[in-house]
Amino acid sequence: MSSVTQAALRPADLAAAESHARNRYADAFRKLRSRPMAMIGAVIILLFIAMALMAPILAPYDPTDISRDRRAAPTMEHPFGTDELGRDVLSRIIYGSRVSLRVGLIAVSIALVCGAILGISAAYFGGWFDGTVMRIMDVMLAFPGILLAIAIIAILGPSLSNAMIAIGIEAIPVYTRTARASTLTVKELEYVVGAKALGSSSGRIIFRHILPNITTPLIVLATVGVAGSILTAAGLSYLGLGAQPPTAEWGAMLSSSRSYLRDSWWMATFPGMAIVLVVLSLNLFGDGLRDILDPRMRR
Amino acid sequence: MTRYVLQRIVLVIPVLFGVSLAAFMMSHLVPGDPVAVMLGETATKEDYDNLREQLGLNDPLWQQYGRYVYHAVQGDFGTSIRSKQPVLDEIMARFPSTLTLTICACVTAAVVGITLGVLAATSKRSGVDGLIMTFALLGVSMPAFWSGILLILLFGLKLGWLPIAGSGWRALILPTITLAAPAAAVLARMTRSSMLDVLGQDFVRTARAKGLRDRIVVYRHVLRNALVPVITIVGIQFGALLGGAVIVESVFSRPGLGRYTITAIEQRDFPQIQGIVLFAAAIYVFVNLAVDLMYAVIDPRIRYR
Repeated sequence: MSSVTQAALRPADLAAAESHARNRYADAFRKLRSRPMAMIGAVIILLFIAMALMAPILAPYDPTDISRDRRAAPTMEHPFGTDELGRDVLSRIIYGSRVSLRVGLIAVSIALVCGAILGISAAYFGGWFDGTVMRIMDVMLAFPGILLAIAIIAILGPSLSNAMIAIGIEAIPVYTRTARASTLTVKELEYVVGAKALGSSSGRIIFRHILPNITTPLIVLATVGVAGSILTAAGLSYLGLGAQPPTAEWGAMLSSSRSYLRDSWWMATFPGMAIVLVVLSLNLFGDGLRDILDPRMRR
Repeated sequence: MTRYVLQRIVLVIPVLFGVSLAAFMMSHLVPGDPVAVMLGETATKEDYDNLREQLGLNDPLWQQYGRYVYHAVQGDFGTSIRSKQPVLDEIMARFPSTLTLTICACVTAAVVGITLGVLAATSKRSGVDGLIMTFALLGVSMPAFWSGILLILLFGLKLGWLPIAGSGWRALILPTITLAAPAAAVLARMTRSSMLDVLGQDFVRTARAKGLRDRIVVYRHVLRNALVPVITIVGIQFGALLGGAVIVESVFSRPGLGRYTITAIEQRDFPQIQGIVLFAAAIYVFVNLAVDLMYAVIDPRIRYR
């Protein structure tokens, strides 16, 4: 059966389909360029990614090097000052970008993959499976705010990698619901019904026909999701439930600045600015992406 | 209406069942021996056996769960390992402080967020709209633990206008603003988009066409309809605020459930952690139930569906 369809697809058809897909993304990119705020967001994110990759080259000091220059105000030598152990704040912020971006990406990947699998299969198979999955999601959503992540960390123990897992699990219900809702619409479309009538396997229908057509809302959700995950991770580290000393992490840096607010404002100001800048850029980019990819949401 | 209310109440039961199961399973999901983890390294064999017996860990799992629920519905959340106090008593002693902060923040966020959202929608694509939406975007991008620190720096230490810790209503102002800001931002964005949705509908054009003044159209026709979805978001935000209070309490060193939670996790006191989880989730479930029922009162379409 599948040999028939493959034989029918000439190389020219495949090339046309590929260029069509490429056009769709090129088109989205062109539209994105006409949105200055989204572009500014994208540029700042790229700068932060570059900073994270080149941290050893860019950072003037080692982020964990202790010096006798404790809580020194910003100077030419230490543009962002030093912390309570004499570590260079700028270097710690540069290295901190590695931690935050990694946490954001990994947590969202966990949520996206699990949520997509659960949501698509719940909608596709329906019945008791759908009911069970969605009731479990209801229970997960019954935990207010950050509390589910905190509860998971209580089980696994406080650490950065456990914080990533906890944030990822906490976000699963949102992706599951979105994937399920989109799949419910797509699976009734003629080409999916047609593929089923031709005898395609469930796996083939899901991966070849459903998945490519529900990626848009998931991508939009994931972009904003990275921003949210970075915020939550910094919050958990602030509470001492995420990154552990001496890791250079923005939330943890803010937490230790708490005791020295009266005379060391730089310890609190610069790490916070870094968080806001990254999260704001991701939100700007995500908003732009949503407007372009999802015309129904456009305002 | 009665049918809807009953239906909605019945739906709460499986969620509460799941939440209680999750809270119960927490101590069993800990990698390694939960009792050894709870006791720490200095415990003796006798302590170990006593705690296992006290926690009923030698019984089958379903029996343990049954006992857990049986006690929980009677208000017995178990006894803390460290303080030896009933967990529910400890929670109830700290809850009023957290609840006050959460409610103050929720009301502030609703009033500020909805007002700004309406202003932005009625002045769409103007300078006011742009300014409000910029603030809203900043609000959702700013971590509470940083905005709280900035408020302490500015109003507490530099200007000395407001206390940064302590009790009394003046000490509540900065934490409330800190906690409310992100929620107000979310609500402003939601209200604006909901208002714009309603503004585009036929009955609004009809109201305008029959010559009603703009103010009446906006406040009597549009706002009342636009607020319906916003109310659900207020309910959801209440949960975010309850969770966010953990962080804000820590920033302002306020005694409450937040610090209790962090200490419980640091000391691995599982009866305390399970109690907090069960308590907070139950509160949130009932708040959402109340919001849903309120929703039915406001919007007849839901009642008669």
